[in-house]
Amino acid sequence: MKPLMNASLTRFARAAVVAAGVIVANLAAANSGGNLLPFTADSGNVASVQRGARNFMAYCSGCHGMKYLRYNRIGQDLNIPDDVLKKNLMFTSDKLGDQIKVAMPAASEQWFGRVPPDLSLETRARGADWVYSYLLSFYLDETRPLGVNNTVLAGASMPHVLWELQGWQKKAEHAAEGGHGGGHGGGSAFEQVTAGSLKPSEYEAFVTDIVNFMDYAAEPGKQARISLGLKVMLYLFGLLVLTYLLKKEFWRDVH
Amino acid sequence: MAITPNPYKTTGALGWIDDRFPLTKMWKEHLSEYYAPKNFNFWYFFGSLALLVLVNQLLTGIFLTMHYKPGAETAFDSVEYIMRDVPWGNVIRYMHSTGASAFFVVVFLHMFRGLMYGSYQKPRELIWVFGSLIFLVLMAEAFCGYVLPWGNMSYWGAAVIINLFGTIPFIGPELVVWIQGDFVPSDATLNRLFSIHVIALPFVLVGLVVAHILALHEVGSNNPDGVEIKKKKDPATGIPLDGIPFHPYYTVKDMVGVAGFLIIFCAVLFFMPDGGGYFLEAPNFTPASQTNTPEHITPAWYFGTYYAMLRATPSFAGTQIWGVIVMGAAVVILFFVPWLDKSKVKSIRYKGVLSKTALTVFAINFVILNYYGLQPPSDTVQLISQIGTIIYFAFFLLMPWYSKIDKTKPVPDRVTE
Repeated sequence: MKPLMNASLTRFARAAVVAAGVIVANLAAANSGGNLLPFTADSGNVASVQRGARNFMAYCSGCHGMKYLRYNRIGQDLNIPDDVLKKNLMFTSDKLGDQIKVAMPAASEQWFGRVPPDLSLETRARGADWVYSYLLSFYLDETRPLGVNNTVLAGASMPHVLWELQGWQKKAEHAAEGGHGGGHGGGSAFEQVTAGSLKPSEYEAFVTDIVNFMDYAAEPGKQARISLGLKVMLYLFGLLVLTYLLKKEFWRDVH
Repeated sequence: MAITPNPYKTTGALGWIDDRFPLTKMWKEHLSEYYAPKNFNFWYFFGSLALLVLVNQLLTGIFLTMHYKPGAETAFDSVEYIMRDVPWGNVIRYMHSTGASAFFVVVFLHMFRGLMYGSYQKPRELIWVFGSLIFLVLMAEAFCGYVLPWGNMSYWGAAVIINLFGTIPFIGPELVVWIQGDFVPSDATLNRLFSIHVIALPFVLVGLVVAHILALHEVGSNNPDGVEIKKKKDPATGIPLDGIPFHPYYTVKDMVGVAGFLIIFCAVLFFMPDGGGYFLEAPNFTPASQTNTPEHITPAWYFGTYYAMLRATPSFAGTQIWGVIVMGAAVVILFFVPWLDKSKVKSIRYKGVLSKTALTVFAINFVILNYYGLQPPSDTVQLISQIGTIIYFAFFLLMPWYSKIDKTKPVPDRVTE
């Protein structure tokens, strides 16, 4: 009798876990839009953000501005000397106090169908995981004017600027009906067609750096805010103890 | 003409002032000789916390206004200017945005306390009415503030809310144009909402808070037992036996509440100011656009309950005004609570099972409605919202009945703790 009960209990528990798993998975899918890769930006990793700044300026800033971010702010926050900043990161301006404006003429709307958006706040508007997944999810698609499409943003008008690095990929057969995004080995939604100059893991690291930089750019004061917050919390816990002791002392004569 | 010496016999600088201004008088009446029941519990922190958040909003608002530039072309950029170029501007802005959410959390809990302990019952009806007015003004204030960053959710939120006036028969469409100062939400709309947000409503809000506290201090505070402490006074001093001076006893106790509150408040403000997308919504990091509608237009989280009721009400006889009426009535009905409660006792502690059940169901229902008010519309959401709306109103409309027939317990003469 006893083992039987245990077995049925185990079965029930297993069913409950599976049900909970399904619910959680559904919730996660609903939140992420279905085909996003898990990603958490870390703008506190200065080396990564520095590399990301270089990558962004080299590959993105031709079309996308960051009109709320000043060059010398990047220099201050990321410990980049002015001469390095001017030489390696500033292509459209030589004034350190300038914001990152885009050099592309207004005619770009005719080239791509729309003006490439400013990316100052992109990670806050769409989510860092969205940007990360987007940059990994370009695939060959004959039906599109530029020959590429994106599983994260169907019908994207942006060309796959990073193709030299990532190479070309196409949608995997088994995942043609909307897969799990690409890049992460087993169960990938994509198949590599031609190799790029970077290995897949190197390309992921490259994109990580860019998104970390974009996360930094969305709120340059974030790290300072967090480090101030830690001090404030420390102070408040002290204050809580002191005010509690003060209260106890005053209330001793209340019965 | 000689000055009549003040009755407090104060001398020096204070005496000089007291001869001309009731400083000592006010200090005593409202703090050192305002006798509050000694048995306040956890729920009594939220009044002083609401005041703290109000001050936070006023002070941070002053600094934000120094740098914010109202205007369809300038608002969004100036908010980013505050976030990036104003020293500690991001922290000041988050204090204000987190403060808005904290205000509603604190006020909801404060109102729930009032419902729980019957703090609206005679002789405290006016305190409750002033409080309900504060809630109403706070909602208007929060709405106006929400529009100011001129992000895309600001814009479409403004469009939806202002268009509610368009459901009014005959004058509706013209009224919307008059309110907006344009045919769509625009520069004119933003500027008038700014004016209302930084001058008109704060002015009214502070006035109402003063009235709320004056009315409270006139009749004295209620307590978790719902016992009138003024009925049992020390014959020698005339001081209520269960009363203790607000200062220093409750000033030091509220400081503990403030410290505890600030730990939670600052954790959000410094480490997750977006509040998981509920305190600062992702679409609001995109500038307002007339052509680009956000996927789901949701109001700020604290309007969820009322928005759910708006959506739950079907249109009828060719007009959608019924939803607006239901939503309005949901707020207006609060004003009548003192006269809807026919119970012989104030506190939930001595009320019967009917009142206890009603309040519990109401509170849970309020949270459920709030949640579903923020979900994308579907048949399920619609059905739950409709049931929730009926429960919300049933709590109030059936109150005269269930509070009267409910079996109450005897109330003690003195407070129990």
